[in-house]
Amino acid sequence: MVSLVTRSGVWLAVLFFTVIAVALAKDAPFAIHMTICAFAALIGLVVSLRQADVDALVRGALRMPDQGRYDDDPIRWGVIATVFWGMAGFLAGLYIALELTWPQLNLGLEWINFGRLRPLHTSAVIFAFGGNALIATSYYVVQRTCRARLAFPGLARFVFWGYQLFIVLAATGYLLGVTQGKEYAEPEWYVDLWLTIVWVAYLAVFVGTILKRTEPHIYVANWFYLSFILTVAMLHLVNNTAVPVSFFGSHSISVFGGVQGALVQWWYGHNAVGFFLTAGFLAMMYYFVPKQAERPIYSYRLSIIHFWALIFLYIWAGPHHLHYTALPDWAQTLGMVFSVMLWMPSWGGMINGLMTLNGAWDKIRTDPIIRMYVMSLAFYGMSTFEGPMMSIKSVNSLSHYTDWTIGHVHSGALGWNGMVTFATLYYLAPRLWNRERLYSLRLVNWHFWLATTGIVFYAASMWVAGITQGLMWREYGPDGYLVNSFAETVAALHPMYALRAFGGLLYLAGASIMAYNITRTILGSPLREEKPMTETPYDANRDVPLVGAATAAPAAAAVHA
Amino acid sequence: MSLFALSTHSTYDMLRHLADSWGLLAMGIVFVGLCLWPFRPGARDANTQAATSIFKDENDGQ
Repeated sequence: MVSLVTRSGVWLAVLFFTVIAVALAKDAPFAIHMTICAFAALIGLVVSLRQADVDALVRGALRMPDQGRYDDDPIRWGVIATVFWGMAGFLAGLYIALELTWPQLNLGLEWINFGRLRPLHTSAVIFAFGGNALIATSYYVVQRTCRARLAFPGLARFVFWGYQLFIVLAATGYLLGVTQGKEYAEPEWYVDLWLTIVWVAYLAVFVGTILKRTEPHIYVANWFYLSFILTVAMLHLVNNTAVPVSFFGSHSISVFGGVQGALVQWWYGHNAVGFFLTAGFLAMMYYFVPKQAERPIYSYRLSIIHFWALIFLYIWAGPHHLHYTALPDWAQTLGMVFSVMLWMPSWGGMINGLMTLNGAWDKIRTDPIIRMYVMSLAFYGMSTFEGPMMSIKSVNSLSHYTDWTIGHVHSGALGWNGMVTFATLYYLAPRLWNRERLYSLRLVNWHFWLATTGIVFYAASMWVAGITQGLMWREYGPDGYLVNSFAETVAALHPMYALRAFGGLLYLAGASIMAYNITRTILGSPLREEKPMTETPYDANRDVPLVGAATAAPAAAAVHA
Repeated sequence: MSLFALSTHSTYDMLRHLADSWGLLAMGIVFVGLCLWPFRPGARDANTQAATSIFKDENDGQ
């Protein structure tokens, strides 16, 4: 146990360091970021000195039940953080969709123009919403499948709060214009260093819990979680290798340049999709779908093949982001071939998840949470078919740089990642707060249909927009000149952009209903008075014994005797 | 170029020849081995046990 003096001393040292960094800052954003860090250190110091029991305080404020067999407090915080950041990220997404449709919404302010809000949106939904969901569910699943309490409880809490600080630094940085210019890896060097510390702590908590397990076998969901944690650590370290221009400034230079830099970036970028958005969320799928369906996974063997095939194939698929660039042709072809091969394990995993419902397909009708899981698996299948297809060079020559890519990403992110997370939040909330069940099941159904309709509007409008764009860009006239100017292609897309924003509005509306439903569940409101999801109609005329059959059978038996 | 005489021409040359010969073979064997592992004789029970292990603890500590 770290003594009070040591702990307070560390916080005080961090506080001093950050204040000095504010004073010596080379640029305003760095000074602002160090001020945020100073406040974080100050909170840490006050909490340490007052010896405040943060768990107890939060437990009181958020009406959490006392700790049980497992260490669930960080998971409860994670559920709330996931809902909060999800709402923030979806709202930012809707706003930038409206900005693209009506650029007046930039309001002439550089802080909220599309270029700065877009990374805020992507990071908020992927790293804040998705990341919090992954951390919280991994804590939940690893404890239950290992039948062991979380290792290093202090470190587990540090991971939660440290990750929130990372999100705040990243998000404020984007608005202030601090960026490395690397997609999905925008935060600058000092934020990257902080995330590295948090991530190593996360790995220690996760592996520590696995090591103290009382269950002989490590359930397959944990394999997926572990591969997600390890691979993200590796990707993050390599892609963010950079030299700061000053130790008191927010600017750095990457050690990779030119086409090598591009390859490293998309090796990172595609594996962020593969290991953050796929492996991590598949871990959720492999635990929560069987639990909600109350049936074991369709084939445990298939889940292991799914795992190894994803690990061995995904890591090579990145070059498909660099078709028709300066990247050597063999590398582009390699990326394409591995992307196409990925189709098989992806569909294997989808089939494994869907077939878990074999013999219980009626649950899709009766259980709105299972319905969400099934829809998320369906979108996993659709986007892992669309992705390999788009990675084929001849298809990519039409789709690359167009809105088709945006549509593809959102069918995966809204359909697969979003739906599986929503369903899991609905699974977790009543269990973590000891409620009988969710406040309302009918509202889950509303959420399901709003989200699904939203995705349909989003994906369909982006298919039309992307193909329109691709065809207009490549159209030559008989004189050998391009027919369309770029501005003409933008004008042609305007209605599609409006439809996309409408889809986003529906998706946000669904998520708002979830936020309401989960809040009421957490607060312990009496269950909403509503009609049950399914009726079992009673027909008195048909509720009679089958007289003829019942008497005929013994008679027939007697004859034979 | 022979598989046994890896080039000393450059690090890149050496690594790319390693990658498309022995490296590829080793990765292929490891991959196939890992995929076949759950199909080894007698693994059926272990697989069923692992798949149903998540239901052993009905209330999950809640």
